[in-house]
Amino acid sequence: MNRSYQIALRYAAALAVLAAAGFLLPQWAVFLLNLALSKGLVVLGLLVLWRTGLISFGQALYFCIGGYVVGMAGLYLDLHDAFVLLAFGTALSLAVAVLVGFLVARYRQIFFAMLSLAFSMILYGVLVKTEALGSTDGFNVGRPTFLGYAPEGEALAIVSYLFTLAASAAGAFTVWLYLRSTLGHLTTAIRDNEVRVEYLGVSVRGAIHAKVVLAGALAGAGGVLSALAVGHVDPEMAYWTTSGEFVFVTILAGTGNVVAPFLGSALFELLRTYAFQYTPYTWQMVLGGTLLLLILFLPDGIWSLLSRRKAAPSTRREA
Amino acid sequence: MMTRINERLMPARNATRRRLAKPFGLPFGLTIGLALAAAAVAGFGLSADHAQAQQTSEIKLGIVSFLAGPAAGPFGIPARDGSQLVIDGINGGTIPSPYDSKGILGAKIVPVFIDEAGGSAKQVAEFRNLVQRQNVDVVIGYISSGDCLAIAPVAEELKALTIFGDCGTPRIFEQGSYKYVFRTRSHAAMDNISAALYLKEMMPNIGRYGGINQNYAWGQDSWRDFSAAMSVLHPSAEVTTKQFPKIFAGQYSSEISALLLSRSDVVHSSLWGADLESFIFQATARGLNRRTQLVFTSAEPNMFRLGDKMPDGVLIGARGPYGVYAHDTPLNRWFRAEYIRRHDTPPVYASYVLGQAFLALKISVEKAAAANEGNWPTTEQIIAAMEYLEFEAFGSRVNLALGKGHQAITETAVGRYKYDEAAGGATIVDIKYYPAECVNPPEGAETVEWIRGGMKGARCD
Repeated sequence: MNRSYQIALRYAAALAVLAAAGFLLPQWAVFLLNLALSKGLVVLGLLVLWRTGLISFGQALYFCIGGYVVGMAGLYLDLHDAFVLLAFGTALSLAVAVLVGFLVARYRQIFFAMLSLAFSMILYGVLVKTEALGSTDGFNVGRPTFLGYAPEGEALAIVSYLFTLAASAAGAFTVWLYLRSTLGHLTTAIRDNEVRVEYLGVSVRGAIHAKVVLAGALAGAGGVLSALAVGHVDPEMAYWTTSGEFVFVTILAGTGNVVAPFLGSALFELLRTYAFQYTPYTWQMVLGGTLLLLILFLPDGIWSLLSRRKAAPSTRREA
Repeated sequence: MMTRINERLMPARNATRRRLAKPFGLPFGLTIGLALAAAAVAGFGLSADHAQAQQTSEIKLGIVSFLAGPAAGPFGIPARDGSQLVIDGINGGTIPSPYDSKGILGAKIVPVFIDEAGGSAKQVAEFRNLVQRQNVDVVIGYISSGDCLAIAPVAEELKALTIFGDCGTPRIFEQGSYKYVFRTRSHAAMDNISAALYLKEMMPNIGRYGGINQNYAWGQDSWRDFSAAMSVLHPSAEVTTKQFPKIFAGQYSSEISALLLSRSDVVHSSLWGADLESFIFQATARGLNRRTQLVFTSAEPNMFRLGDKMPDGVLIGARGPYGVYAHDTPLNRWFRAEYIRRHDTPPVYASYVLGQAFLALKISVEKAAAANEGNWPTTEQIIAAMEYLEFEAFGSRVNLALGKGHQAITETAVGRYKYDEAAGGATIVDIKYYPAECVNPPEGAETVEWIRGGMKGARCD
C-alpha cells in the first residue's frame, strides 16, 4: 500500500513538473512538447501491440482520422471545442478500429503489419483524390476553444499544451489499468504462446481485436491533439512514413513502461529539430544513424537505460 | 560472466516478468531529471541565440527550401543557390542599381538555411523554432503549397514577417487574410491561362485536348485551371482524356497509350523534375510529340539538362518571366552571369523567384527607414512599406497587387522549344509575353471562379 502510494506520488510530481514546464519553457519548446505528447499517445498504442508481438505500420490511419475529424468538424459543423473534438475523433477512430480489427486480428507478424499499412494507404489515396479538401495541400484548422474559453496567442499555446498533457496522462493511466487487467496480462502471454492462452479459455483473436481497438483509439486521440496543435491537416498524416515514424519512436522509447512512449517521443522531436538546425543537409542521416545505433546497442530502447539499474539485482538472483 | 550471458539471452523474459509484476514500479526521479535536462537544453538554445535580436548591424533570415528529396534537384537547390547569390550580392553591394547599397540598410544578412522536407506538421514546428529559438528576423522561402498554407496562420500568430518564395496555390490569400505574410511571386493560375492564350493564337482550331498531371494538389490544380481557361478560350474544344498518374510514378506506359489513342490535338502537362524527364523519354520514344502538341507548364528547369532529348516545338512555361524568359536588363545580366560563374549552369525559375524575395525585403526596409528618420523600422513599418510594393526584380517587374497588397502579380511568357547546337543547345523561340493584368485575376476575385466566368476584366494589350 505504502509503495503504490509512493509511486502515485512520483507520477503526480512528474505531471506537476510537466505542467509547470508549460509556463516556464520558451514557446517553441512548449509547442514541441505538445506535439511530442500527441504523438506519444499513438506510440502508447503501439506499445500495447508491440508487447503482444504485433507491429502495426498503419497507425497513421487513425492518426489521420483524428486529424481530419478536427478539420472537417470545424469546416462543416462549425465545431471548435477541443473536448468535443477529442471525444468525437477518438470515438470515430475507435469505431474504424473495431471494423479493421475484424480483419487484421486474424493475422500475425508481417501480414498484420502489411494489412494495417494497406488500410492507412487507402485513406491516403482517397484524401489525395479529394480536391474539395485541398488534396495533398490539406487545409487549415481553426483555433480551438475549451468549454467556451477561447484563448489566443501565448495563452492558447499553454492551454493547448495542458490539454494535451491531461489527455496523455489519461491515456497512460488507461493503458496502465488495461495492462493490469486480466486481458492486459495476456499481452505478453499471447506473444509467447498463443495455444496456451487459448487453453486458458481466452479467445486470442478477441484479445488481439481489443488491443487493435485500444491502439486505434489512442492513435485517433493523438491525431486530434496533433491537428489542434499544428493548425493544419493534410493527407501526409495517413502516409506510411508517418506510421514509420511512430514505429521508430517505439523502438527508440522501448516498451518497458507506459511513460516510455512520451519520453521517447519528446527525445525524438528534440533530436529531429536539432538535426534540422545543425545538419540541414543530412538530418535524415542523423535520425537513421541513431536508429541503427539503438538497434545495435540498446535493443530495448532508452527506457532500458532507466530500468537497468533496478533490473540488475533481480537478474542476478535468477541466474 | 555467466550472468551477462544470461542477461543477453533472456532479457525479454526477465523483462516480461518484471513488467507483469509491477508495470509502474520504475524510477520516476530519472524521468523528471530527463525532462528537466531536455528543458535545460532547450533553454540553452534560446539564451545562446538571443543576443542578436536587437542589433541592426545584422539581420538574421531563415531560408526554407528543399535541400533533400525529389524537389531539391529541380527547385530546392537552385532556389538556395539563387538566395545565396542575392545575399552575397546585397551584403557586398554588388547588385546593380537600385540595389547597389551595401546590406539591408547597412545591416549584413546572416542566413539560416533549413530543409523543407518532412511535411507541413514538421515545417510548422521548424518555423516556430526559427522564429522563437533561432530568433530570425524574417523567414523567406517555401516551395510546397501545403507548407505555405500551414505556415501562414502560424506566421500571423507569431507576428513573424514571412515572405513565401515559390509556392503556387492561390488559396493562401483567397481563403485567408494575413498581415505578416507576403508572396513575391504570382500564384500558379497564370501558368495555365497563358498556355491557353498562346494556343489560341497558334492553333485557333483545337478540337480535342487531353492532359497528364500528377495526382496531387499541384497536378489537380494545374489541370483545373488549364481546362477552365480552355473552355473559355476554346469553347468548342472537348476534353479527350485526363490522366492522373501518382506523383513520382516514373512509369507512364499506360498513360501514354491512352494519350496516343485519344488523338488529342494538344496534351497539357504540369509534370516536373524526374517525372517530367521520364515522361518525355517514354513519350518521345513512342512518337507522342509527333501526333500532338505538347504543353509543359513547368519544364524550364529541365530543358538545359535534357538538351536534344526535349523534342522541338513543345510549349515551355517557366511559371513567370524567369530563366529564359527574363528580360535583358542590367539586373538580369548580373544575376545570370554571377550564377553561371558559380554553378556552371544558367539559373532556373526557382532561383529567380526566391532571389527576388530578398530584393522586396531590402527595398521595403529601406523605404520604411526613410519614413522613420533613417532609423531601423519596426516589423509593422516594414509591412506598411511592403504592401502594394512595385519593384524591379531580376526577371521583370513585380507588383504586390492582390491579397490587400500581399500577393504579387507579374507578367508571364510562353515559347516553343528549339534545340540549337549553334546557339548553345536549349533555346526558346516564338516567345510571347502576357501582361500581369491579362493572366492574373483582379483584386478580390476568386481565381477559379474568375477563369470560369470568362476572365472578366483581363487587360491583355
